[in-house]
Amino acid sequence: MKSIEELAKIREQMKAKMALRENEGTIRVVVGMATCGIAAGARPVLNTLVEEVNKENLTDKVTVTQTGCIGICQYEPVVEVFEGDNKVTYVKMTSDKAKRVVAEHLKGGKVVEEYTIGANQAV
Amino acid sequence: MIYCGRLDVKELSLNILDIAMNSVKAGAKLIGIHLCETETVLEIDITDDGCGMSEETVAKLSDPFFTTRTTRKVGMGVPFYILAAQQTGGDVTIDSIQEPDPRHGTVVKAVFHKDSIDFTPLGDIVSTIVTLIQGYPDIDFEFTHQVDGKEVRLYTKEVREQIGDIPINSLEILSWIQEYISEQYDSNNP
Repeated sequence: MKSIEELAKIREQMKAKMALRENEGTIRVVVGMATCGIAAGARPVLNTLVEEVNKENLTDKVTVTQTGCIGICQYEPVVEVFEGDNKVTYVKMTSDKAKRVVAEHLKGGKVVEEYTIGANQAV
Repeated sequence: MIYCGRLDVKELSLNILDIAMNSVKAGAKLIGIHLCETETVLEIDITDDGCGMSEETVAKLSDPFFTTRTTRKVGMGVPFYILAAQQTGGDVTIDSIQEPDPRHGTVVKAVFHKDSIDFTPLGDIVSTIVTLIQGYPDIDFEFTHQVDGKEVRLYTKEVREQIGDIPINSLEILSWIQEYISEQYDSNNP
């Protein structure tokens, strides 16, 4: 059974690691978490992104954040990836798709074209 | 425009996430999510110390076509929640005190009848709490869930006291919080 005091140990373990994390990530991943996003399944997508970014050791480079309604509710869950002046909008996301985006785009640098809004616009 | 594949939310924990987001948008520094459950009734109180709303605004909240695009404070979220409660024979009451009154904040109280055929299951409430902490590390959350006198509890202030300057939304801490809450549920329901 976990106790709250256990966190002090985790804190010690993490101190060394935190010192290495100098930069704020240069890639910002934003998940729409308004009613439309949540109802469409954004919560597991967000949680998968957070887990995978950590698993792939991308936390120095990538920050995952939440936002409200992005304005294209019919495409939710929507994930936007900002890097410099570029923005890639992924639509109708799932946990599995999120894993691929982390591996191929955030880690590999190659946009997963088939999940982008451009590839999904025909209704 | 809001379009969803379904006009319902399949887990109450998703409604809770959605309602808590309104507290985030109201600038809350402390958000309370308190569940109290008996065999037949589930009561959910979501409280915040945000900017609050006028009586006029509160009166309009049940209207699905009331939304203030400029502030995006409210959309379909509250009507969904009210519907989910009312279809079980329960209800939602919202009390709010607006700034500059120092007691400003909002209380959303919902009662659900669990024995109703239209009761939406609570679902993954642990994930909702972790999601809120991940997205809003500067806000304090107080979560309790009482079932027949047993309590599950997570107060972020208590976590912060232990972790000092380590960010509460780092994965190590979030994972710990997830396991900590889940373990409490498991030990209450062996």
